[in-house]
Amino acid sequence: MAEKVVLKKTFGKMNVGKLRELGMIGFIIIIAIFVQMRNPRFLTLENINDLIKNAAILSILAVGMMMVMITRGIDLSIGATLALSGMIASLTVSVNPNMSPIIAIGIGIGVGTLCGAVVGGLVSKGGIYPIIATLGMMSVYRGLTFLASKGKWISAQQMPVSFKAIATSPIFGINTLIFIAIIIYIISYYFINHTRTGRKIYAVGSNPESARVSGINNNRILFMVYTIMGALSGLAGVLWVSKFASAQGDTASGYELTVIAACVLGGVNSAGGSGTISGILIGSLLIGILNNALPLINVSPFWQQAIQGGIILTAVIVNTIVKRRVDKNNLSRRQI
Amino acid sequence: MKKVLITMMALTLSLSTLAGCSTKAPGDPAKTPVAAGKAKYAIIVKNTGNPYNEKEMEGYKKAIAEIGGETILKAPDQPTAEAQIQMIQELIAQKVVSIAIAANDPDALQPALKKAMDAGIKVISLDSAVNAQSRLVHVNQADPNAIGRVEIETIAKMIGGKGEIAILSATSQATNQNSWITVMKKTLEDPKYKDIKLVKVAYGDDLRDKSVSETEALLKTYPNLKGIVAPSTVAVAAAAKVLTDKGLKGKVQLTGLGLPSEMADYITSGVSTAVHLWNPMDVGYLAGYASDALVKGTITGKAGDKFKAGTLGEKTVITVGDGTEIMLGDPFEFNAGNIEQWKTVY
Amino acid sequence: MSMKQRIIIDKRQTTLKSFFFQWEWLLILIFIIMTLVNGALTPFYLNANNLIGATMTFLDKAFIVLPMAFVIILADIDISVASTVALSSVIMAVLYNSGMPMGLAMIVCLLVGTLCGFINGILVVKFKELSSIIITLATMIIFRGIAYIILKDQASGKFPEWFNFLGWGYVGVVPLILIVFIICAVIFTFILTKTAFGRRVYAIGSNPVASRFTGIKVDKIKVIVFTLTGLMAGITALFLTSRMGSTRPNIATGYELDIITMVVLGGISTAGGKGRIYGAIIAVFLIGFLKYGLGLFNVPAQVLLIIIGLLLIIAVMIPNLKLKKIKLRR
Repeated sequence: MAEKVVLKKTFGKMNVGKLRELGMIGFIIIIAIFVQMRNPRFLTLENINDLIKNAAILSILAVGMMMVMITRGIDLSIGATLALSGMIASLTVSVNPNMSPIIAIGIGIGVGTLCGAVVGGLVSKGGIYPIIATLGMMSVYRGLTFLASKGKWISAQQMPVSFKAIATSPIFGINTLIFIAIIIYIISYYFINHTRTGRKIYAVGSNPESARVSGINNNRILFMVYTIMGALSGLAGVLWVSKFASAQGDTASGYELTVIAACVLGGVNSAGGSGTISGILIGSLLIGILNNALPLINVSPFWQQAIQGGIILTAVIVNTIVKRRVDKNNLSRRQI
Repeated sequence: MKKVLITMMALTLSLSTLAGCSTKAPGDPAKTPVAAGKAKYAIIVKNTGNPYNEKEMEGYKKAIAEIGGETILKAPDQPTAEAQIQMIQELIAQKVVSIAIAANDPDALQPALKKAMDAGIKVISLDSAVNAQSRLVHVNQADPNAIGRVEIETIAKMIGGKGEIAILSATSQATNQNSWITVMKKTLEDPKYKDIKLVKVAYGDDLRDKSVSETEALLKTYPNLKGIVAPSTVAVAAAAKVLTDKGLKGKVQLTGLGLPSEMADYITSGVSTAVHLWNPMDVGYLAGYASDALVKGTITGKAGDKFKAGTLGEKTVITVGDGTEIMLGDPFEFNAGNIEQWKTVY
Repeated sequence: MSMKQRIIIDKRQTTLKSFFFQWEWLLILIFIIMTLVNGALTPFYLNANNLIGATMTFLDKAFIVLPMAFVIILADIDISVASTVALSSVIMAVLYNSGMPMGLAMIVCLLVGTLCGFINGILVVKFKELSSIIITLATMIIFRGIAYIILKDQASGKFPEWFNFLGWGYVGVVPLILIVFIICAVIFTFILTKTAFGRRVYAIGSNPVASRFTGIKVDKIKVIVFTLTGLMAGITALFLTSRMGSTRPNIATGYELDIITMVVLGGISTAGGKGRIYGAIIAVFLIGFLKYGLGLFNVPAQVLLIIIGLLLIIAVMIPNLKLKKIKLRR
C-alpha cells in the first residue's frame, strides 16, 4: 500500500514539471501555426535560423539568470555588464586589429567575470540583498561603460573582420552564436544536474538554513553563481557587439527584464529552488518567436508590447493554475 | 522623549540646509543675472554616448570659445524629456544666458523652457526641434524638404526607378524623422516616381537589435523589396549589417542618413553606395553663433533677421510652419569617392 | 508573598547613544556632508530659492516612494509603477481632448492608477506561487503597452492654463508640489507608525505565515497596499503631466528603479518587516538634492550614475560592517 502511494507521488511530481513544459511547447506550436498561416515565410529555414540566432544571446544569459534566481536572487546588472564587457572588448580590438577573436572573447568574459565577482562579493560577504546590490552596480557599470566609450561608438570599420566574423561565421556548419549557445547549454545541463556543486545551488535556494546546517558553504555558492552570471554576460557582450558590429554606451539597456521574462516563462520561480535547463530554453525560444513573429504578421508596433506582456502574464498564470490542479489531484490520490 | 528627539532630527535636517544658505548665499536670490566672469552658454543634447551628439557639442563649444564665452555641456544618460526638464531647471539656477537644446520630445519641454525664457534666457533648439512656443528659433541641419527629396532621388536611382521600397526610421515620435518621412511620401506622389511603391514604415527605435529585427522582418514580409531608406544613423548601419550578412548586396539597395565612420565599411563593400548627412559639428557651431546673436540682440528670432555665423558666413532666419528656423545647408553625399577622407572625421 | 517583583521591559530604553546609532542619522550625516560638498563646489547651490525650487524636479516621483515603502516592508515589490503613471496620464489626456472637463479627467487619472494598483494587488494575492516581481513585471509591460495602443506615437496635451500650476506653481514661497508631498508624507507616516494597519504591515513583512495565523487579513492588506501604490502613481501622473504640459506613452521611463533606490536607501530592507518611513523620506531629499547639486556643477550624467550606484551600495554596507564589528567585540 505504502509503496503504491510513494510511486504515485513521484510520478505526480514528474508530471507537473513535464506538463508545464509540454504546455509551453504546445503554446509555441499554436503560435507557430497561427503565424505561418498569416505569413508563410515564418517557417522557412532562413527565418528559423534568424530567430534562433537572435534568441541565442538571450538564452545564454537566461542560463546564468536561472542559477541566480534559483538561489532566491536576482541580477539587474547584466545589461550593464554586457555593455561594459562588449565595449572594452571592442575598444581593445579596435586598437589591436591583429588580435585573435578568441582573445577578444576572453577579454569579454574576463571583464564580465570581474563584474560578476564584485556583485557576488557584495551579496555573499557584504550581506547585501541581491536586488539592491545589482541595482547599485547596474548604475556603476553603465556609468563606466559610458566613460570607457568617451562618448563615441565603436563602429564596424574599427572592428577587424575576424572580430565581426565571430557572430556571422559558421562552425561545423551551424552559426557560431548558435554553436556557442548549444555548448553552454550542454555544459550547464551537466553542471546543474550531475555535479555536486550544481545540486548545491538548488539546495541553497530551496532552504538556505538547512543548506548551511548540512555543511554547504552558502557564501561560496552565492559568490560562484553571480560570478558565473557575470562571465556569461561578458561572453554575451562580445557576441552582441560582434553581431551588431557596433558598441554603444547604452547597449542592452533594460535587457535584464527581457532575460528575467524568459526565465519566468521557463518556469523559474523567483522564490528559489526550482528551474530547469529545458524550461529556460523554451522560455527564451518563446520570447525569440514573439520578437520575430509579431513584425512578420504585420502587428502594429504599438500593439506589440501589450501583446508580449499579455502573453507572459497568461503563460505564468496558466502555469500556476495547472500546477495547482495537478497538486490537488496528487493530494486527493494519496491514501492515508 | 523619542518624539522630542525625532522632531530634533527633522529640525536639524532643515536647519543644516538653510543655515548654509544664510551664511554663504552670494547676495540676493535670483534677482538680476550676475555676469561675474564669462557669460555662460549651455547646450543640452538628446543623450550621452552618441558620437553625433558629441560632435554637436564640440561644434557649439568651438563657436562659444570664438566669441569668448563659457560653455556648459549637458547630456542625459537616457534620452527622456524628464531628464532634460531637470537639466533646464539646473541651468536656470546657474543663470546661463542662453540654452540650445536638441529635444527628446517636441512638446514636453514647453513649460520648462517657458520658465527659462521668462528668466531672461534665450532659448533655441537644434537638430530635434521643440514646438514654436518653446523657443525663439530652431537651427535645422538641412531643409527637411531637401532631405526627403534627396533620399527618394538616391534610392530611385539605385533601384532603377521602379520597385517596392520601405522606410526604416528611428522612434515614432521623433520630430525630425516624421518631417522627413512626410516629405518623402509627398515626393513619391510626383509622377516620375509612379513605379515606386512605399510598402511600409518600420521603426527601429534607434536601438541596434530592434533595427536589425525590423530589417529582417521587412525582408521576409516583402520578398520583392528593392530598396530601404533609413534616415537614422543607427537604422542605416543596422540595415547595412543585415544586408551584408544575408549577402543581399546589389539585390536590395540601401541609402539613408549615416555617419561616415559607421557606414565606411558598407560603402566600400558596395552594400550601400551612397548615404547622406551633414556635419553635426557645423550644426552645433551654427547654434552657438545663433545663441550669441540672440544674446547680443543682433537678431530676435523673427523671419528676415540676419547674422554672421563665424566661418559659416551669413545666415538668415526664415519662417517654417508656425515658427522660425535657420538652415545649415543641403545634405552632403558620402560615397566611395570621398568616404576615405570623411570616415575619420566623424 | 515575598516574590521579588520582576520588571519586564517591554520597550528598549531609548538612550541617547542608541538613538543616534540609527540608519536615519546616517542618512542625515550623508545629507550634511553632501550639502557642504555641493555648497563648496558651486555657489548656486546654497541659495534658498533654488533649493526650494529644486524640490520640484524630484518630488513628482516621491509620491510613489511613500506607498512603495509599505510594499517593500511587506516583502513584496512593484516595478509596474512607472507604467501605471504613463497609462493614467495618457488616458487623462485623451479623455480631456475628447471633451471631458479637466477636473473630471484628473479624477479619472487617479481612478485609472488606483485600478492598476488594484489589479496588481488581486493578482499578487490570488497567485501566491508567483512572486510580486514576476506579476508586476508582466503588468509593467502590459500597462505601458496599453498606453501605446491608445496614443501610439502621438503626444496629447493642450491642457488648460491652470493645470500648469500643479507642477510649477508656488503657494507663497513654497512650491505646491512640496506642500502636497508633505501632507501625503504626514498621512503615510501616521498610517505606518500609529495605526493598527501599519503594525499589521510590519507583521506581515516579518512573518507572513504567523500573521495569517494570528488573524491578520493578509490578503486584504496586501490588496490595499498595492491599490494605494496605484493611487499615488496616479498623483505622480498628475504632477508629471503638469510639469511637461503634454504626455506620451513613454513618460516616466526608469522611474521604478529611482523609486526603489530611494526606498532602499531609506533603510527599508527588501526582506521585509524592517525600516521606517522617515528614512525613505530623507532618502528622497538626499538623492534629489544630490542629483541637483551635482547637476549644478555640471557633472556628466555618466559620472552621476556611478555616484548614485556607489552611494546605494556603500550606504547599505555600512550597517553590515558595524554589526559585524559589534559581534566581534563580544
